[in-house]
Amino acid sequence: MARIEIDGRFYDVQDNTNVLSTCLSLGMDLPYFCWHPAMGSVGACRQCAVIQYKDAEDTRGRLVMACMTPVMNDMRLSISSEQARRFRSDNIELLMTNHPHDCPVCEEGGECHLQDMTVMTGHTFRRYRGSKRTHNNQNLGPFINHEMNRCIACYRCVRFYNDYAGGHDLQVLGVHNNVYFGRFEDGTLENEFSGNLVEVCPTGVFTDKTFSAHYARKWDLQTAPSICVHCGLGCNTAPGERYGELRRIINRYHGAVNGYFLCDRGRFGYGFVNSSKRILKPRIDNQPIIAIETAESHFRKLLNAAKSTIGIGSPRASLEANFALRELVGEENFFLGLNDTEHTLLNTIIDLMRHGGIHSPSLREIEQADAVLILGEDVTHSAPRLALSIRQALRNASFAMAQTMHIPLWQDAAIRQLRGNVQSPLFIASICATRLDDVATNTYHGSPENVARLGFAIAHCLDDSTPAPFALSTSEQSLASSIASRLKQAKRPLVVSGTSCSCLAVIQAAYNIAKAIPSKDKQLTFTVPECNSVGLTIMGGKRLQQAFERIDNGLTDNVIILENDLYRRASHKAVDLFLETAAHVSVIDSLENKTTEKAQLLLPAATFAESEGTLVNNEGRAQRYFPVYPATEAARGSWQWLTSVMEDPHWQHHDALTSACATTLPGLATLIQSASVTEDAIAGSKIPRQPHRYSGRTAMHANIKVSEPGPAHDLETPFAFSMEGATTHAPPALLPVIWAPGWNSNQAINKFQEEISGHLRDGDTGIRLIEASGELPWFDDIPTAFEPEPGLWRITPLPNIFGSEELSQQSPSIRERQPLVCILLNPMDAETLAVGTGDPIEIREFAGATTLTIHAQIEHTLPRGLVGVTTGLPEFQSLQAWTQITLKKANPELQDLSEVPL
Amino acid sequence: MRSQLRSLWEVLKHTFVKPDTVEYPEEKPALFPRYRGRIILTRDPDGEERCVACNLCAVACPVDCIALQKTEDKNGRWYPEFFRINFSRCILCGFCEEACPTNAIQLTPDFEMCEYDRQNMVYEKQHLLIDGTGKYHDYNFYRVAGMTILDKDKGQAENEASPIDVKTLLP
Amino acid sequence: MNTGIGDASDIIGILVSVIITAALLIWVERRLLAVWQDRLGPNRVGPMGLMQVVADMIKMFFKEDWIPPFSDKLVFVLAPTIVFITMLTGFAVIPFAPGVGIIDFNFGLLYFLALSSLSVYSIVLAGYASNNKYSLLGGLRAAAQTVSYEVFMGISIMGVVMLSGTFNLREIVEAQRDGWFIIPQFFGFIIFLIAVIAESRRGPLDLPEAEQELVGGFHTEYSGMKFGMFFVGEYVAITLSSAIIVTLFFGGWLGPSWLPPLVWFCLKTAVGIVFFILLRGALPRPRYDQLMTFGWKVLLPAGLLNLLVTGAVVLSLHGT
Repeated sequence: MARIEIDGRFYDVQDNTNVLSTCLSLGMDLPYFCWHPAMGSVGACRQCAVIQYKDAEDTRGRLVMACMTPVMNDMRLSISSEQARRFRSDNIELLMTNHPHDCPVCEEGGECHLQDMTVMTGHTFRRYRGSKRTHNNQNLGPFINHEMNRCIACYRCVRFYNDYAGGHDLQVLGVHNNVYFGRFEDGTLENEFSGNLVEVCPTGVFTDKTFSAHYARKWDLQTAPSICVHCGLGCNTAPGERYGELRRIINRYHGAVNGYFLCDRGRFGYGFVNSSKRILKPRIDNQPIIAIETAESHFRKLLNAAKSTIGIGSPRASLEANFALRELVGEENFFLGLNDTEHTLLNTIIDLMRHGGIHSPSLREIEQADAVLILGEDVTHSAPRLALSIRQALRNASFAMAQTMHIPLWQDAAIRQLRGNVQSPLFIASICATRLDDVATNTYHGSPENVARLGFAIAHCLDDSTPAPFALSTSEQSLASSIASRLKQAKRPLVVSGTSCSCLAVIQAAYNIAKAIPSKDKQLTFTVPECNSVGLTIMGGKRLQQAFERIDNGLTDNVIILENDLYRRASHKAVDLFLETAAHVSVIDSLENKTTEKAQLLLPAATFAESEGTLVNNEGRAQRYFPVYPATEAARGSWQWLTSVMEDPHWQHHDALTSACATTLPGLATLIQSASVTEDAIAGSKIPRQPHRYSGRTAMHANIKVSEPGPAHDLETPFAFSMEGATTHAPPALLPVIWAPGWNSNQAINKFQEEISGHLRDGDTGIRLIEASGELPWFDDIPTAFEPEPGLWRITPLPNIFGSEELSQQSPSIRERQPLVCILLNPMDAETLAVGTGDPIEIREFAGATTLTIHAQIEHTLPRGLVGVTTGLPEFQSLQAWTQITLKKANPELQDLSEVPL
Repeated sequence: MRSQLRSLWEVLKHTFVKPDTVEYPEEKPALFPRYRGRIILTRDPDGEERCVACNLCAVACPVDCIALQKTEDKNGRWYPEFFRINFSRCILCGFCEEACPTNAIQLTPDFEMCEYDRQNMVYEKQHLLIDGTGKYHDYNFYRVAGMTILDKDKGQAENEASPIDVKTLLP
Repeated sequence: MNTGIGDASDIIGILVSVIITAALLIWVERRLLAVWQDRLGPNRVGPMGLMQVVADMIKMFFKEDWIPPFSDKLVFVLAPTIVFITMLTGFAVIPFAPGVGIIDFNFGLLYFLALSSLSVYSIVLAGYASNNKYSLLGGLRAAAQTVSYEVFMGISIMGVVMLSGTFNLREIVEAQRDGWFIIPQFFGFIIFLIAVIAESRRGPLDLPEAEQELVGGFHTEYSGMKFGMFFVGEYVAITLSSAIIVTLFFGGWLGPSWLPPLVWFCLKTAVGIVFFILLRGALPRPRYDQLMTFGWKVLLPAGLLNLLVTGAVVLSLHGT
């Protein structure tokens, strides 16, 4: 702690930080550009100048940059002295000389840090009359717009993109005041976190291209706190709506989960909500019907007429929707709707989290790890935001070194230039090359069995009492022991594994390693495929396979499928048979898919943007999302459809449903804390979803009816679909729009944190459902090494950030980044087949007919005998993981190959 | 005390002053060009829509009676996809005109816009857009702003130098 | 001499003409204010807009007569009638002309003073019954203002009483045959004028309703004919005030004989009314504290001084 004096007042503050972040933490307004709470200080923009006095007698003082000045005891500072104010205002005037006078046509306008800072310094009139330097723009792909004229050269973009996110294709070009931030030539920004440039850039150089296509100012967006539904990490988002259409998603700060950044799938995957594939009207036998009541009574009729009804839940539907279905059909008739392997894997993961006794960390805790082992995952593709956190964790070694040299941790440039480029160890054992390989200390590529065997070997090196795999090659053995020794030295080691390789042994090996690590602060985390995979598994239910059997035996004739495309879960043949044998199939979903095509009754479900619910992320944290805008037409939340046909529901409202869920299911008992969020928050008044400057209220619907209809009433959440209400009593975690007077950009978040980059005031959202306890025995089911059989290949799904997830696939911008539809082959395998990259190849199930003809691509790191396909792409749905196939070179004259399933 | 008496006298003198008001509607008042009546959208001197759909008029409007949506044409110009003013709400305060950075939205001296059906008070872009520059004849936003549009590349706006070649190291 | 001099026709005639005058004043005031503000004023309904009064009346009668659910209902309804009734009964003692009037009453002047202070109940009760903070503030202001100016009003006309030696209004008029009391009692007249404006709560001393601060003051919650009662009551008060001023200071019905005395009285009263309207049209409203300070620190001493000097002069002239 230190006692400092700012403008004649005394404050007790932390002394391990700099003056700028201290001033901001104290709620003062001090302009800055190059500093970013997550990226530290470089002192490039000279904007945060303050006066520092030598002692109590000093009256003149000297100008210092607040972001580069460490806080010391008995410091005397002045923010408001005339000299400092003049300096800041002159500085911004100089920064603005080349600014292009285009705020009205700039997407950043209204939430622009440069606008805010210009107003804050009082530079209101342009005196410069000389010519402005200009730059040409680049096409940076489907996500990001580039308008270089607006640049003020703060360097934040390249610091984020290269230093923080590990990108390589955004550079500083040019010299002196001509510096240019862009790629060497036009082209898509490759990094998976490029979308954060939109928020990192303090001006409008990098803006959201998808948002620009249906642009609305920040003050016109209706917003509610939401949770990303595109992977299992549960990042907090703030989706914005205007005129009944979801317009964009930006990051919503969460101190423990996503911090300041999102991945591109989370930011740009929202397009599916506006997709033409949305189901907006109920359909009976594929005939759209208008009245909700008709659909409801038909649904009820099916239920009453049925011999018995089974329900199939979904890992992408909320806990509440799944629970409502479970209550409707009864526990014995509730099936989880997971792929059979995935079901096993997830059950194991939940068991390990609950009883394994190893802490399951949040992303923030992951960033504290000082040694990381990734087993069988390409986290950039399976849980992208986790990869960004792991990148930060690797800096902990340099932080430790800096501390010994008395360099403060926020001195970003100094630490990054430390001699020797020290880095915490990262080991990746995966099927083929991953996007984190560039920072890995060592990598290993092998089939899932081999990855698991390596894992068991590492565990054995750490602890002799664990089972050891036999017949391990010497190189594998030495790799295992070197990894083990580094993990042993670490204070906070982290083991990452997951479901990507569909291999139970990998998960078990990961647990063995974590258990064998001696450190007390060890962490074990698993990636899961979907946003509520963990929640659904905690809830528990039967296997999908058993549902198939129930129908096959004729015990049941009525099926309700909740937000689940079964064709993604099981083989086509089995699902076809299942859906055809069942007398009645009712499906509740938001997007058309192969399962909805076969539904007799199709009910339109609201998406995450139009309904409420709870999702449990891979850490076991239950978080609520709230509707951003009322669902249009006949769409309703899945839980509402299910509740509407219940005889005597124990709940009328969502909160009651949540508490019913918590009281019924012991695994979710702590969820009761979030059930009263509506009552707690609206003790005063509702929280407005619309900012206080929301415009056009009396004109936006005037073309339909000039006597404006009132706003929809929200009975389920603490929010109002209007600008009425107050935000003053709301905890920052429930604020839809982050805004503070003078701070229109998202950097206003500084005003809502306990300390800079700390937790939100009044706490971050979410309830951890699982705390580690107990201990499990060593797993000893070590697989034998994988030996490729000549002429046979095994399907190995590889997740992809832009292709694998079901919902984001329907987003137009994500689809532009979708990987090529092709299969990956080891070069030696390709040689034996005599195919090269781009050649068509026939896939034939072992002793079956040709199922697919598709292009091949050579992947050098892929082990022999494996065929890599992108997880989740519709083209590959018929290919289950681990299926044995044969390959044959196809006639290259076939056109449009992916369309030829035979 | 004297000032009170003086005011009494000054006011009393107005007994013999001709009224300033006229008997509307028999006699029409003379209105100045900057009178605040019906709102129009104007075009720039080159005949293109001036409105760039920046939404500032909408946010300045105290009764929130302006709604619009931005879109872009193939030349890169921003323009409103729709632009709606609900005149049954408008109070003709002129804030929209003051807020407009491109002189697009202007108020005119026409105030006689009563309707028997309130729905007819909702004006869409085709009702608002005129074929002239209105009160401000010369201003063209895109000639000043550094945004590229079809016939104006980087460096061709007012006071702009031609674009930098970033791959040269020459000063 | 306590005698009723008027018969039933007098009573009805006076009542009707007073009410018509008051109603007409609505139009007169609007037209006059318009003239002084270089406008036209209401001129569309009937000749010169005269029927505007009728239109206003019809409007008021057909307006929803809303009694706020949160009000004290009985008092709320009673309040507006009080002002109307007290002001009308005030006309009982006005000496319109020799032989024209309702009652010839020895203590006519005191009767007028009593009634004018009774009217404040109406305002206070209205403010209280409305159960609205603006109304209550208006009512409080009215009470304080009336109680204060009551004092100066009484003191200011004591000079007139001394000179004439009577409280009987007819005798006061007769006492002015040799010269209107405005000349010897000029200061008394000024004080009385200000006090009477304050008593009738007219602009510029209309603090109890002060639209800019108190919405409508005591009548914020009133609508329809109940508001109309306040409205007309105010004009009756103006008429009454002018009539009293004419009686006390401008020689009542006295005037050259080429016009009948009643006409003289009405003419003088009309001038008085116009002057009241001019005051409202020309002068700004003082602050509440200024009004009270002015009353107690200026008007009270001035009134007492006036009384002292008048007394001394009367004593020295008439001796023993």
